[in-house]
Amino acid sequence: MKEIIYYPGCTLKNTAKNFEDSAIACSEALDFKLHELKDWYCCGTVYSLTSDDLMHHIATVRNLLRVQEEGQERFTTLCSMCYNTLKRSSKRINENENDRETLNSFMDEEENNYEGKVDIIHYLQILRDEIGFDIIKEKVKRPLKNLKLAPYYGCLLLRPNEVAIDDPDSPSILEDLITAMGAEAVYFPFKNECCGAYETVAEVDLVVERAHNIIGNAKRNGADAILVSCPLCAFNLDNRQKEVLEKYPDFEGIPVLYFTQALALALGLDPDVCRFDLNYQPVEDLVRGIEQ
Amino acid sequence: MAFELSKESVQSDFIKKIEELSGEEISACYHCGKCSAGCPSAMAMDLLPNQIIRAIQLGDIETLKTSNTPWICASCVTCYVRCPRGIDLCSIMEAVRQMTLRTNKDHIDIKKYTGELASLPPIAVVSALRKMSS
Repeated sequence: MKEIIYYPGCTLKNTAKNFEDSAIACSEALDFKLHELKDWYCCGTVYSLTSDDLMHHIATVRNLLRVQEEGQERFTTLCSMCYNTLKRSSKRINENENDRETLNSFMDEEENNYEGKVDIIHYLQILRDEIGFDIIKEKVKRPLKNLKLAPYYGCLLLRPNEVAIDDPDSPSILEDLITAMGAEAVYFPFKNECCGAYETVAEVDLVVERAHNIIGNAKRNGADAILVSCPLCAFNLDNRQKEVLEKYPDFEGIPVLYFTQALALALGLDPDVCRFDLNYQPVEDLVRGIEQ
Repeated sequence: MAFELSKESVQSDFIKKIEELSGEEISACYHCGKCSAGCPSAMAMDLLPNQIIRAIQLGDIETLKTSNTPWICASCVTCYVRCPRGIDLCSIMEAVRQMTLRTNKDHIDIKKYTGELASLPPIAVVSALRKMSS
């Protein structure tokens, strides 16, 4: 069985426990084991964009150092925000010796220096590049027949170019997963439009507008549900449907699932691992439809 | 009062500081408007994304300080991947935000949102504070 170090991040231990539990169950069913990184830190959630702000890369580098101390040079994560922050930071620190030296001298209480060799890959890349969608297709026990899914990528898996897990303007990795699961991927031009991200804290109206546009586009193209890979996208597209309905009374809700929840169902796993109780829009009808 | 363009304004240290913080060359932008056309949040902005670059090019600091645009930008990076000049506008927006935050002025007062904070994902709260407070 293949093994890889897994970095959960703060939200997968909190509002997105359904993402973590379903992903761990899927990985076991697909013969690769996720080992949770020891003593991991919050990654900081956003990549520091200013050139002189090295301080905010420390959280990232400490995580890279923990991976290095376990004798590994790569690890994986599920949350798109963690992926983007860890990937961009690791690129900057791995490729820039001066930055690395400065950060190592900041962390003088650490036993070891970070050597600049650790890389992160996203869970979806493992599914595509190391397991393969053809193998996943063979392992599907409960094909998601008659289910039309809208693949929502958001921003952070695709942009900027140097950290993209697929083509930034026309990705297909989620569509290929959906097809392997036996479902249909609907045409979805809003699949990589920003949901408003952290503006959900102080600019709820803006996020409600974004969510209304994105969900409306998925529904007009016939989607039964939206698939996501980011806990913040999930919150903005799922939980914010409450505020969308308040603003647009004729709005009809749509379930939003993590791609790992759909995969767990397709692999024939117990639906309890999906923790659907944490999804805002009810998913029961959708699950019942698959089982029949 | 309307902004008065002068030799001093276009050569101001402010422009150099933004270039230093963002790592971008401000004069590289020729205002094709692709960033503004593709920006998913432009409808909530008082200035379009390329108008922010124009204000920096002219050294119009007052306009930059009062605009909501840098605070609406959520660094989704759509503009950067499409820019024909390869300008990372997200880093420029961050530099403009930092010019305010580094004077110890927060844009967000988290105490106002305590009612809802517990239901938000931790990544939402941490990133909002990282981007909008000093």
